[in-house]
Amino acid sequence: MITERYFNAALLGGLALVAFWAYGADEPFTITLVTKVAILALAGVGLNIALGQGGLISLGHAVFFGIGGYAMGILASHAQSYQPLTLGPLVIEGTNSMPLIWLAAMVAAGLAALLIGLVSLRTSGVYFIMITLAFGQMFYYFSISWPAYGGEDGLSIYVRNSFPGVNTLDPIQFFFLCFMLLLLALLFHAMLVRAPFGLALNAARQSPERAQAVGLNPFRLRLAAFVISGVITGLAGALFADLNRFVSPTMFSWQLSGEIMVFIILGGTARLCGPVAGAAMFIALEHWLGGLSEYWHIYLGLLLLAVVLFAPGGLIGIITRRGAAHD
Amino acid sequence: MTFVLFAEQMLNGLQLGVMLFLMASGLTLVFGVMGLINLAHGSLYMVGAFAAAGVAAATGSFLLALVAALAAAAAAGAIVEILVIRRLYARNHLDQVLATFALILIFSEGTRWIFGSFPLYLNVPAYLAGPVTLPGGIQYPLYRLTLIGIGLTIAGGLYLMIARTRLGIQIRAGEADREMIAALGIDISKLYTIVFALGAALAGLAGALVGTIQSVQVGMGEPVLILAFVVIVIGGIGSIKGALVGALLVGLTDTLGGVLLPRAFATFMDNSAASSTGSALASMLIYLLMAAVLFLRPKGLFGGAT
Repeated sequence: MITERYFNAALLGGLALVAFWAYGADEPFTITLVTKVAILALAGVGLNIALGQGGLISLGHAVFFGIGGYAMGILASHAQSYQPLTLGPLVIEGTNSMPLIWLAAMVAAGLAALLIGLVSLRTSGVYFIMITLAFGQMFYYFSISWPAYGGEDGLSIYVRNSFPGVNTLDPIQFFFLCFMLLLLALLFHAMLVRAPFGLALNAARQSPERAQAVGLNPFRLRLAAFVISGVITGLAGALFADLNRFVSPTMFSWQLSGEIMVFIILGGTARLCGPVAGAAMFIALEHWLGGLSEYWHIYLGLLLLAVVLFAPGGLIGIITRRGAAHD
Repeated sequence: MTFVLFAEQMLNGLQLGVMLFLMASGLTLVFGVMGLINLAHGSLYMVGAFAAAGVAAATGSFLLALVAALAAAAAAGAIVEILVIRRLYARNHLDQVLATFALILIFSEGTRWIFGSFPLYLNVPAYLAGPVTLPGGIQYPLYRLTLIGIGLTIAGGLYLMIARTRLGIQIRAGEADREMIAALGIDISKLYTIVFALGAALAGLAGALVGTIQSVQVGMGEPVLILAFVVIVIGGIGSIKGALVGALLVGLTDTLGGVLLPRAFATFMDNSAASSTGSALASMLIYLLMAAVLFLRPKGLFGGAT
């Protein structure tokens, strides 16, 4: 039996080691895989704040992932064509700079989370699940029917965007850029859980009535958590678009929302590194089972079913021999 | 815009609405009686469509195909309820979402395994093909008119069943107080299986009927499932009446919005910009309707009672 802390260190260290090994063995494809793990884990860390800490079962987090992706796609495509983006009186130059793109992605995703949260957090339980799913579908159809940025075909960006002092075209350097952002997000999550805001948010999840009785406002706490969660997932979307140098409406699809949630559950709900363990497992399964059978989703479905029915603590729960972090 | 075109679009909206009602009524029954959110309802819709396409190809009979769709979807529903779903009633919504998401993966890939990735086609039978002329000179496909008729008949039948029959009384009692009807000697697990299979059969029927207009393919169920969610959020969860009103509202809004908005924009924009802006906005219309209803009534139009 090992404690969660050691498991987390081994998990994150292992991820970095695999990248180093792949670099030494000259296996750029493996580096791309671990980069994908880091980015998807980052999206999961975002959802984990709303889901694990706030108890908000959002089945629409692909919205923020997609908005992050399109923020990158739109800004980079304007830089690529040297045509500024005009929004009424506002003229915005396209850009290739990652920090600027990340900022735009996070602001846009945060705004979307604020608007969606304002409507959907008025409800709870199954209504909330269905509404977030429906808003996800709204963005999906909008991105398909809006022809300016590729519509259904998506949008290709020919050169990866730049970050000062880093050669982002080198796979290992891009991996460490994404890995650092993942570590920052995990650090932020760990601090948030211990901060007064995190404690209040947990209180509002466990008993909204009691939280209200001591003067907390559950609606505002949940809205803030939902926005923070959307911002982090939006950042992951921008990175994912940069990894593929391609954005398309599938980034908004409901399957992706489901998958981000699956990462959390496979790893272990409300656990700090749950999304990292889950995303690593998901990509490993996709790669391994996908090689064995074209229909690997059946096995993924059976595994997920088994985890939900028999091992509610997920992978981390099995390894540390503790059940769910909370119900 | 002429009257004839407008009337045709109204009928199209009505047809979409009644098919959504078949999906939404099953979802809302299952939620009302068992408190379960079922994402795999769209898979049962797909099972119905594939069963119908398979039987139609083998026998050439459209009626047999519909019977097969009902039977296959009801059987799939009953099996899934007994194997998986009944373990989820006592669980929280997150577990229900994940387990039924897993079921979608299993159903979709299983269907792809058996039938392959290429879409199948169901043909409209000869006796339902071709247009009919309605009063006012409206030419409308007979098949779509039949769909409207079937949907409204089922809505009426469902209402009678819930209001008048013994099963209906048990369903209403189950919605009001689950423990109490078990204490009164009703076999509650049998009731749950029947309700789930009934909802599944309605979804399977909808799949077969709509599959005749569109193609039958893996993944066809989930967009309809999400529309059905919008319907029950608007109508209020657990209310059959709400599902009917919500379904008709969503069907009409979606169809009329797609036709009217581009024309409305064309009055002050040039044609190509109007059609792209109009159709992009029209795709968002039902979700905006949902947001507006929630803003005014967070529990939906008919969801206040529970």
